[in-house]
Formats: sequence, structure tokens, C-alpha cells
Amino acid sequence: MDIKRVKDYIYWLYYQYLLITCSYVLEPWEQSMFHTITVTVFAMVVYTAYVFVPIHVRLAFEFFSQILGGQPESTV
Amino acid sequence: NPIVHNGGLYKRPFNEAFEETPMLVAVLTYVGYGVLTLFGYLRDFMRQWKIEKCQNATEREEQKDFVPLYQDFENFYNRNLYMRIRDSWNRPICSVPGAKVDMMERVSHDYNWTFTYTGRVIKDIINMGSYNYLGFAQKAGTCQEAAAKVLSQYGAGVCSTRQEMGNLDKHEELEKLVARFLGVESAMAYGMGFATNSMNIPALVGKGCLILSDELNHASLVLGARLSGATIRIFKHNNMQSLEKLLKDAIVHGQPRTRRPWKKILILVEGIYSMEGSIVRLPEVIALKKKYKSYLYLDEAHSIGALGPSGRGVVEYFGLSPEDVDVMMGTFTKSFGAAGGYIGGKKELIDYLRTYSHSAVYATSLSPPVVEQIITSMKCIMGEDGTTVGKARVQQLAENTRYFRRRLKEMGFIIYGNEDSPVVPLMLYMPAKIGAFGREMLKRNIGVVVVGFPATPIIESRARFCLSAAHTKEMLDTALKEINEVGDLLQLKYSRHRLVPLLDRPFDETTYEETED
Repeated sequence: MDIKRVKDYIYWLYYQYLLITCSYVLEPWEQSMFHTITVTVFAMVVYTAYVFVPIHVRLAFEFFSQILGGQPESTV
Repeated sequence: NPIVHNGGLYKRPFNEAFEETPMLVAVLTYVGYGVLTLFGYLRDFMRQWKIEKCQNATEREEQKDFVPLYQDFENFYNRNLYMRIRDSWNRPICSVPGAKVDMMERVSHDYNWTFTYTGRVIKDIINMGSYNYLGFAQKAGTCQEAAAKVLSQYGAGVCSTRQEMGNLDKHEELEKLVARFLGVESAMAYGMGFATNSMNIPALVGKGCLILSDELNHASLVLGARLSGATIRIFKHNNMQSLEKLLKDAIVHGQPRTRRPWKKILILVEGIYSMEGSIVRLPEVIALKKKYKSYLYLDEAHSIGALGPSGRGVVEYFGLSPEDVDVMMGTFTKSFGAAGGYIGGKKELIDYLRTYSHSAVYATSLSPPVVEQIITSMKCIMGEDGTTVGKARVQQLAENTRYFRRRLKEMGFIIYGNEDSPVVPLMLYMPAKIGAFGREMLKRNIGVVVVGFPATPIIESRARFCLSAAHTKEMLDTALKEINEVGDLLQLKYSRHRLVPLLDRPFDETTYEETED
């Protein structure tokens, strides 16, 4: 019973995505094209975030702590 | 006790609200339109390079080098969005459009370019789309019997214009009745409501006159104003400060080049605006008209029969005198269950229109059974047929209106317009939800009218409910339950109960007293 509710909820979320992006009115082949493009763009955003965000956060933290602390950091 | 705002002119509270579009919803709507535009360009590209068969109207081969006919935005929108959701409009009905209606089922196998009928008839759909405010669209009852009798007496066709041989005694009877109903000296009836506006405004004003028209006026008023050749200036919707500024400028500066005074200034307003559900601020308009000595043309197409304690329209709703309005126009299509329009006013005005109106000279006059339907329904509303059916209907409509609007607001939808107007626009905003709402409501056996661009601004698409005195409370409860379900399914409950306050300016900024000459 719970599985059915979860599946219905996920289907309802998919329906909202179709309505908001107007792919509800598109023909099936246009919908497939749109979903492919959206999923590709989303995957690229996630991958880029996974690869680059931790490094950038660490560098920004070091930069700000150097400004605020005032002590010269040894560049090793 | 007069309500003290805007000069103490209102005898009852004026509750009108237009909730602001939520920012996220507006952004997502633009995103949706962006996706549709991209796919529209793709499909147009494919159609031009013959990858896909072109099913819409195009120029002929020999005309391909001429100036293109179908490249503007309206045609682009038509091909690429309207066609995809076209099955919510032009639905064929096959019974009288009363509180419940039968509809013919149709399917499309090529994405709404062509339709085929399955042969099945969907019965007893609750009709929330017909302009049937007092429920006179019936196939049985006193109106129908009287109309059938007149049909057997006079036939259906008139075969002439009003000025030649088409002036029946029924028309004279109707006009006297309409004049008595409205409380004016004299009235004239025409065959078509749209033609009443578009053909009579040119007879009243011409070059050298000024027309001040509301932003959201109906196409018939706009067409009539443009045909007349007068100068047209637009004031913001129901905004009396904007109207007063325009009037002041007109009186002070006169005509544009020669600075001569305007021959006539005519203010065009409607009683109820059907896309917004708002009611005109008539006391203020009349005060302004008297102060600046201009004329008022009031189009009561949706408000006659639907407002006022005895159904006599927006003038009675505000408790004003019909002599203050120079030209009272209305239609018989909405509350009387017939067709046609009328103009009422002073005797000299109507006698002038009888000779000079294009509609009287060139258009066929009203058909006799239709005239009888109007006469019977009007007598019913006035109570002259000896029953209280008319009064009961007017009161039922007012109750239905208040109940329906209150329930929808409580559910959390964004509803535009005045508390007392029987036209209820429910905001949808996103283009995919236009088609989805129409289809989901039809699946649940409720027929609604959804409206998008170009009848409304492009992001403010809406579903418009027209209440009727023929709707019982059970029908309204069923409809509200289904609207609630569809609202949850489609996530339509945008309201954050933050109403934009009406601009009631303090009393001393706008003076309505007449100036001493």
C-alpha cells in the first residue's frame, strides 16, 4: 500500500514538472527531446558542482581567513 | 449611512480585489512560454524545410516572394500553442445551455489539427460557462410556450430592416417594456448586441469629438469608437484619478492642433467587465461627468438582470438615478436568454438613433419568437406575470455568487473582481495548465471556459466561471468539490491572502462638487 502511495506521489511530481515546463502540451517525440536535454543539462550541473565546489569553498575559506587573521600563510 | 470614502458617494461597501501575481509563478510562466517558443521555432523550421507536413494556412507557391502573411506573433502563437490545446474550445453542445448541458464527444488523432466525433454524447455536464445569469435558457416553461405561440403566429423570419418593412408591433411592445424596465424615457432594440455597440457609437460621435474609453473595454466598444473617427484616449481600468486627469487635460487643452474645445466628450464604460469580474465605479464616474460636463455611455451587457435588488442593473445596484446616464446600452443575450441589444435614453436621443443608426437602416430586425422570449422574461423579472419567480431568481443569483466566491477564496485560489459580480475569473497563469484544467474538469463532468492570450495579458490566463440562478446549491457544491480536487492536482492554489489595497484616496484630494459658473 505504501509503495503505491510513493509511486503516486512520484508520478504527481513528474506531472507538476510537465505542467511547469509546458512539456505537457508537446507531442511525444518533442517530450523525449526535451527530457533528454533537461536531464543532460541537469547531470552536467551536478557533475560540475561535485568536482569544483569543494575546492572553491576551501580556497575561499583560506582567502578570507588570511585577510581576517592577518598572519602570513606559508605557501607550501 | 453613506460609506465615507471617495467623497461619501457610495451607499454600500465596494469590495474589489486583484491579488498580485506571485513572483515565482510569473517566472515559471515565462519559463514555460520560453520552452514553447523554442519548440515553436523548431516546428516552424521543420515545416519550412518540408521535414514535416504543413497543416496550417500558408501562402500559395506563387506568393512565396510577397510580403509574408503569417509571420507575426499572433499567427506564431496560433500555430504553436493554441493548436496544441485547442480541444478546450469550440466544443459542440447538443442541448439547451441551461444549468446542465449535453456535449458531443470528439477525439483528435493528429494533435488537434482535425477532430472526429465518436458518436457518443456526454450527458448532464454542469455548465459553468454559459452566460445564463437568471436561468432563462430553458426548453420548457412560460417563456418557451409564449415564444412557440408567437412562432406559429409570425414565423421566424422578418425579411426586412427596421426602417423598411421590419417594424413589427412586437418590436414596439418590446421597446416600451424595455423603457419601463430601465426607468428611461424611450428605448430601441437591435438584432445583435455587438452590432448595437459598433453601429451606434459612430452615429453618436464623429470627428472633433473625444472618446474616453476604459482600458479593458469589449471589442465591440473599441470597434465602434474606431469606426466613428473621434479621438480616443484610454484611462486605466476603473481608475477614477486617471479618468479625471484625462478630462482635465481635455477641457484645458482642447483639440490637439487647433486648441478648439471638443464638440462632445463621451465616456465609455461597462457595467461588469467580463474578463476581470469587476464592477464600474459608477457613482464616481457620474460625479466626474457632471463636474466636467461630458456624456456617459454605459454598456450593461453582463450586469443587466444580474445586479441590483430587482435585477435592473448596475444603476440600481448603486442606488443612482437612470437619468444620470445619457446612453444606457445592454444586451438580451446574457440574462434574458435571447439575442440582441438595446439602447435606452431620452426620447430625442432615441428618435435620432431611429433615423441615423446604421443598425436600424441596414440590419435585419429581431426575430419575433426571440422578441417574445425577451418580453416574457422581462415581465417575469419585473413581477408583472403575477408570480414571484423573477425576484426569487435574482435573489438566488446573488446568493450563489456570494457563496461560490467565498468558498473559492477560502480554498486558496486567486479570484479577481468584485464580491458581487456573477463572473468569477480564477487565475491559472501557466499555459500548460490552461489545457490541463479544461480537460480535467471535462473528465469530471463540469464544463468551464478557459481563456488565454490574446483575450487576456499573456501571463494572466484564467478560467472564467459564470454563475446562474439555475444552479442549485448541490450543483455548486459538486462543482466546488471538483474544482478543489483539480486545484490540488494542478497546484492552482496560489493565494497568499495578501490583497492589493484599493486606492481609496483621502477625500480632499478629489473634489466632486460642481464648480460655480
